[in-house]
Amino acid sequence: MAKHRVVVIGGGLAGLSAAMKMAELNIHTDLVSLVPARRSHSVCAQGGINSVNQVTRQLGDSEWNHFDDTVYGGDFLNEQPPARDMCYWAPRIVDLLDRIGVTFNRLPEGDRDARRFGGTLYPRTAFAGATTGQQMLYGLDEQVRRWEVAGLVTRYDFYDFLGPILDDKGNCRGVTVQDLYSMKIRALPADAVMLATGGLGVIFGKSTNSTICTGAATARAYKVGVKYANPEFIQVHPTAIPGTDKHRLMSESARGEGGRVWVPRKKGDTRPPESIPEQERWYFLEEKYPTYGNLVPRDIATREIFWVCREGYSASPVNYAAYLDLTHLSAERIEKLEGILEIYEKFVGTDPRKTPMLIFPAVHYSMGGLWCDYQKDTQTGGLVIGSPRNQVTNIPGLYAIGEGDYQYHGANRLGANSLLSCIFAGLVAAEGMPQWLKHLPGNTDAASLPQTFFDSEARRHQQAYEQLLRASGKVNPFALHMELGTEMTKYCTVVRHNNELQTLIDEIGDMTERYKQVGLPDTGNWTNQTVRFVRELGDMLVLARAIAQGALQRDECRGAHYKPQFALPGPTADDPAELHRQAQEYCKAFRAQTAQWLKTTIAEYTPEGPKVSYKPIDTSLIPPRPRTYGLKGAAIIERVWREMQTKPAVASAE
Amino acid sequence: MPEYVTVRVKRQDGLDSPSYWETFRIAYQPRMNVTTCLQQIALNPVTLEGRKTTPVAYDAACLEEVCGSCTMNINGSVRQACSTLVEALRKENPNEITLEPMTKYPVMRDLAVDRSRMFRDLKRIKAWIPVDGYYDLGPGPRISPKLQHQLYPYSRCMTCGCCTEACPQYTKDNRFIGAFAISLTVLFNSHPTGAVLKEDRLKELMEPGGISECGQAQNCLRVCPKSVPNVTGIAQGYRQVTAQWFKNLFSR
Repeated sequence: MAKHRVVVIGGGLAGLSAAMKMAELNIHTDLVSLVPARRSHSVCAQGGINSVNQVTRQLGDSEWNHFDDTVYGGDFLNEQPPARDMCYWAPRIVDLLDRIGVTFNRLPEGDRDARRFGGTLYPRTAFAGATTGQQMLYGLDEQVRRWEVAGLVTRYDFYDFLGPILDDKGNCRGVTVQDLYSMKIRALPADAVMLATGGLGVIFGKSTNSTICTGAATARAYKVGVKYANPEFIQVHPTAIPGTDKHRLMSESARGEGGRVWVPRKKGDTRPPESIPEQERWYFLEEKYPTYGNLVPRDIATREIFWVCREGYSASPVNYAAYLDLTHLSAERIEKLEGILEIYEKFVGTDPRKTPMLIFPAVHYSMGGLWCDYQKDTQTGGLVIGSPRNQVTNIPGLYAIGEGDYQYHGANRLGANSLLSCIFAGLVAAEGMPQWLKHLPGNTDAASLPQTFFDSEARRHQQAYEQLLRASGKVNPFALHMELGTEMTKYCTVVRHNNELQTLIDEIGDMTERYKQVGLPDTGNWTNQTVRFVRELGDMLVLARAIAQGALQRDECRGAHYKPQFALPGPTADDPAELHRQAQEYCKAFRAQTAQWLKTTIAEYTPEGPKVSYKPIDTSLIPPRPRTYGLKGAAIIERVWREMQTKPAVASAE
Repeated sequence: MPEYVTVRVKRQDGLDSPSYWETFRIAYQPRMNVTTCLQQIALNPVTLEGRKTTPVAYDAACLEEVCGSCTMNINGSVRQACSTLVEALRKENPNEITLEPMTKYPVMRDLAVDRSRMFRDLKRIKAWIPVDGYYDLGPGPRISPKLQHQLYPYSRCMTCGCCTEACPQYTKDNRFIGAFAISLTVLFNSHPTGAVLKEDRLKELMEPGGISECGQAQNCLRVCPKSVPNVTGIAQGYRQVTAQWFKNLFSR
């Protein structure tokens, strides 16, 4: 089968696991990446990877519980068959990582240690210090290097993906790429293409993402007809270190190891944090969410921090910030966090072991991404492993895996599920390749298509590139990007309002017009990083438009997407009968919201802007139920909801 | 607090082009790093003399000192642009900041160099665990916390190249494998499954360009931003190589 070639774009966890697995299946991979694989954004993941383990199992945990936490945390917008199998494969994936040498923390007998993460009550998260993504990325990169030596992987480092190549029947037959040193453009024929191109935080200007996470590859697929699903679901991480060039992540593991979030009880209290006595500190997460405490799902923690700051409780007099306090932790726990504490110390200059850290939410992860399919196993409710339908976009032969896909995390991703979803998607897509390669469209492989077909695609991109090089307008692309980032962050992150989203869409339209007047400060034809960035900026504008449009049209609150205008008011009454009545009202409103909005947003590109439609999602395994984190009368709501499900006739008599 | 920062950048248009210097004046921001300086130059690429120029080429990705991209010589010392704060540099030299590309690798343009040699050298030492495959074969070997504590620091090497840049023995034209690769050899040899390839790795370290070219200057330890214990690694590498040498001698 090695005569077939598969192109993987992106050398992060998803791309590497796909390449590694395909090599085992004797399929050759051309691995195209903007940077050497070891420098991919996966390296930034800190906290760990979730799976049921021997200990949690004996505490009553199961794969199903992990799946339930994932779907409940994701506010039921996850595609359940792939999310189910991700959780069922999780223990195997962590075992695999263990075998390839990831330096997981250990317990005295030599087993893997685990910590608790957000949105669960079980300590499921395996970790390597506070740099788990780094060790996992290296482990996979090393396996791929082994296959590179064996001749089953060819690397193309410092190459930019310019677009998929489609034949006249709409099948993907390869990609066009550009060497970022020589700037030469060429076509790579392929019998399948996997986009493992990650997130899009750079659209928001400063985020926790790497500079390479612009979403440009996603946009380049979207522009040729790939559907883009759930664009509006953008995770804002509760705890980041604000910076001048980016916001640096402060891992959830800091709270997993016992870190506490607080602000002074007195507004505008300027005393240094260590001199504020315990009773004058407001541990607002612990107070409002007694069950989960500091480990509520990220969307909730983010909104709470945002709100207390906006209400005037900010811990800093100059900007919004809350304290993330680790000063009470034992030396043993501190040691497991060294990697991130070093980051704080290096970039801020104070020692988080002695002084509470100042943190604020920052854009972190895209739950949405390229739409992709799956084949459901009707027996298990999971996937048919080996099916080439798994992870394929609406363009035959073009696959999406990793943060750039959309299926696994619904409306909000749980901490330590992203490393898992990236690797699972990579493996599962690879598993489908033998079948796909056996029955290529028209029984034709890319190698037998005429060279002129590929040459003309390369030429088309060459012309676009040369045209961009000649752009000599007055608009400064770097300033335009800052403007886009500022507006997106202001209007399209933690709290969203329709009038503001409309303003944002108009502004993006205006920026798109101004982009046409952009001037290139570098017109050279050698290692021109500016032209790459300007090309990406055009793509960022395209995706920004889809994100804002999706947000505007979804009139509800779900996970990370929060519109106060459409928030369901929670029960408030102290009187039990009244509380019960309010719980019933809440459940009815929830049911109506579910009926109207529990569906996947699908954006399709048109030059005039995204065409938005909706697609039903598979909730056959775990029926939707209200998320009651921190709600008054949560137990009553849950009971009323259960009753409504068992007595639908009575409950629907509204 | 200063109003401006003066940044002198050693530039080079291409692989074989001559280098030249350009100076920029950048508005100071509290807690700014060298990356911010380069971003500000891109935003307004005009030299101190008022001449229009191009944005400076440099590698960057994570900006939180874990990807290893943005290594360069800053005020003559090799380090990452992202984690080097301007305030700290002012203590070294209050007048200006100088940025130069690494000297041990081909300069592609300005501060961007081609470090692919590092990745090729990872192949020389078979820097991987030779597992039987990727099917479900159960957990890996049990590893004591003590061994994990020894290995984890080596696994944080981000192939940034600081150790090679600071090493007097590592040159553009020789084959010396460098401290990072010797440390990683120790990492893989210490792993229960990785040890299967120990002899192959040590054989490579015994070849020309291997461990014997280390001149024990110990700069690799001093400059490593991730505190990888390179000197301990090299010492262990020596011990393993010596043991292997004797083993080879007596098994002839």
